[in-house]
Amino acid sequence: MGTEEDEVYIGRVIGTVVSTIKDKMYEGRKILVVEGLDLEGKPESKYWLAVDVVQAGVGDRVLVLDEGNSARQVLGEEPNGPVRAVVVGVVDEVEVKA
Amino acid sequence: MEFARVIGTLVATRKYEGLEGVKFLIVQPLDKALRPKGRPVVAADGTGQAGPGELVMVVASREAALALPVKFVPVDHAIVGIIDEVDLPGLTPEGGA
Repeated sequence: MGTEEDEVYIGRVIGTVVSTIKDKMYEGRKILVVEGLDLEGKPESKYWLAVDVVQAGVGDRVLVLDEGNSARQVLGEEPNGPVRAVVVGVVDEVEVKA
Repeated sequence: MEFARVIGTLVATRKYEGLEGVKFLIVQPLDKALRPKGRPVVAADGTGQAGPGELVMVVASREAALALPVKFVPVDHAIVGIIDEVDLPGLTPEGGA
């Protein structure tokens, strides 16, 4: 935990989390459980509890942002909130050549 | 942010400036299938209401300090939410490794 590099990753939404008592930056926001995928689409052990801003759902392949400054910029409002991971896109297609 | 289970408490009377009143807990990080992963760590409780046995969300690195009343204090893990319910319909058995 805490050793990941700051990156954007491809992941798959595998579930949701319900939390009542939480930091105010998470209030009114959906929290998704996203597992990391390799380029062949196979699940990795890496995962995130990520705030959703694109209405992603379970089964969707998504872009996960895992970097604090960008996350705060995306979420706006509270400039100092403790959020790192945000689902910022739903992936339609990935093509890898060679 | 990741799952963790609160497994203990920690009391430190003398602390770095800015950490007064902050509660520390021992948490066991969990993998996506909620199984223990790696070594337990000390986490500051940003909610102020977490206790042993509870499933929590933990944020690591620089963002941990942002969960506390005084920002930019020396902590590396913080509890940012107490989890009531987890639904994992998309979890595949082999995916939990």
